[in-house]
Amino acid sequence: MKEELQKRIVKGPGGVDIEVEPLRDYYCEAPPTVMPAAYSKIVEDLFNWARSESIWILGFGTGCGAIEMRPLMTPRFDAYRYGIQWRPTPRQANLFVISGYLSVKTLKRAIRSYEQMQNPKYVVGLGSCTINGGMYWDSYNTIKRLDDYLPVDLYITGCMPRPEALLQGFMDLKKLIRAGNAEGANQYAENFKWYKDNQKKVIKDWDMPDYSW
Amino acid sequence: MAFEWIQIPYALLTLFIVVNYGFILNALIAKIGARVGRRHGIPIWQNYLDLIKNYSIRSSITHGVMFYLGPVFRLSGGVGLLLFVPTIYSSVMFSNLSFAGDLILALYFVFFGTLGMALGAGESGHPFAAIGVSRGLAQVTASELPFALAVFSVALQYQTLSVTDIVAAQQGSYLNWTLFTNPIAVAAAMLSFLGAMMRPPFDVVLAPQEIPIGPPTEYHSSYLALMQTNRAIFPIAKMVVYMNLFFGGAISWPIFFLKIFLIYMVSVLVGVVFPRFHVEHSIRWFLVWAVPLGIIAIMVV
Repeated sequence: MKEELQKRIVKGPGGVDIEVEPLRDYYCEAPPTVMPAAYSKIVEDLFNWARSESIWILGFGTGCGAIEMRPLMTPRFDAYRYGIQWRPTPRQANLFVISGYLSVKTLKRAIRSYEQMQNPKYVVGLGSCTINGGMYWDSYNTIKRLDDYLPVDLYITGCMPRPEALLQGFMDLKKLIRAGNAEGANQYAENFKWYKDNQKKVIKDWDMPDYSW
Repeated sequence: MAFEWIQIPYALLTLFIVVNYGFILNALIAKIGARVGRRHGIPIWQNYLDLIKNYSIRSSITHGVMFYLGPVFRLSGGVGLLLFVPTIYSSVMFSNLSFAGDLILALYFVFFGTLGMALGAGESGHPFAAIGVSRGLAQVTASELPFALAVFSVALQYQTLSVTDIVAAQQGSYLNWTLFTNPIAVAAAMLSFLGAMMRPPFDVVLAPQEIPIGPPTEYHSSYLALMQTNRAIFPIAKMVVYMNLFFGGAISWPIFFLKIFLIYMVSVLVGVVFPRFHVEHSIRWFLVWAVPLGIIAIMVV
C-alpha cells in the first residue's frame, strides 16, 4: 500500500498529535446499495426512454479500440444525432465503453471510474478482447473476461469492430435500456463481494478503498 | 411601477416561455455549429431528454452544503436577471418586476451566478474544478469591465438607471436605437458579450479535454439538471439586457425571439471561426481592445 494511504500520526498546531487514517477519513467505506426503480411504471418507462435517448459516454479509452470511437464524433458517422455524447468526467457519464484489451493496471483505473459513475450506468465491451481475451488470450498482463470484473450489458464483437458496428451496438443498447433490462449498477451492488474478490485476485497492489464513491 | 400580486403569475409565464425558448435555441445553435463542421448535429429536442435523464439518475452524492447551493445560486442568478428587467416593452404582462433602478441590480445578477458556482465547485474539492473556477472568475471579471463601462455610458446618455426608460427612449425608429446613437458603447458591450457566452474563443473555462469540464466536474444528476436549466435561462436573460439597452427592446414575442436569435448568432459566428484563447490571452484581449472602447464611450457621451 502506498505510504500516503497508511495510518499515521501528524503533529498539529500547538503540538497536538492527530491520528490520520486516510482510507477511513478521506473516503467513504460504505458499499453500494441496490437502487429501486421509480415507484410508478409509467414514470420509470418515461425515465428509461429518456435514458436511452440521452447516452453520455465516458471519454476513457482503455485499449486500441478507443481509436474506433473517435470517428463516431466526425461528420462521417456523427453519433450526436442519436443522442450519444461524450462526457469528460465519470460523474456525468452513464455509459462506460471498455474499448479493447484491459491491462491489469488499467483495470484498476477502470474500476475506480466505473464506481464514480451514478446509478443507472451501463458497460459496453468493445472487441473480442473483452469477451475472451482475444489475441491477448495468453498474455500475463491483461484480463480475459471483462464480465468477471464489471457487469457488462452488451458486447460488440470484432477485432476491431468498425464504427458502424459500434453505432449498431449503441442502438441495441438503447433497446435494452428502454426495456428496463440494463440494470448493471444494481447487479454490481447485489454481487458486490463476488466482483471485489475477482478484482482483488488480479490486482495485487490493491491500494484504494473498496468502493470509490 | 407599484407591486401587484398578478405580476407573480405573469413573471412565471415569462419564465416558462424563456426556458422553453432557451432549450430549443441552445439545441438550434448546437445544430448550426455542427452544420459548420458538416455534421448533422443533435436533435432539436435533445436538451429536454438530457434534462429528464439527469433528473432520473437514481443516486447522487454530495460534498457539503455549498455543493448543494452552487447550482441553486447559479439558477437564481439567471432567474433573477430575467425577472428584474422588462422582457417585452409596453406590455403589462411581461414587464416583470422591473423598477426604477433595475439596471444596477441587473449588473449584480450577471455576476451572482458565477460567484455561487465558484463556492459550490470549490467545495467539491476537485482540483480541476478549482482551476476552472479561477479561470472563469478571471475571465468574467475582465469581460464585465467593458460591459459595465458601456452600461454607465448608456445610463449617462439617457440620464436614467431604469431599463424601461432606456427602452422607451429608443422607440420610434431603428435609428433611435443605442446601436446608432452611441455606437462605441455598443461595440464595447458586444466585445464583452463574446466573453460572457461561454463559446469559443472564450470557452477555456470548461475545456473538456484539458481540465475535464472545469467547475462542474463533480456535478451530476439533479445538480447538473439545475445547471442545464440555467444554461437555457441565463444566456437569454443576459441577451434581454443587451436587447433592451442597445437594440431597442422588443414590443412583442416574435420580435423578441428574432432579436435574441440574432444577438446570439453574433457570438456563434465568432465562435465557429476562431479557435480557443488561453485565459491570459483573453484577459489581455479584453483589456486591450474592449476596455479602451468603453472608456471612450463614457468620454464622448
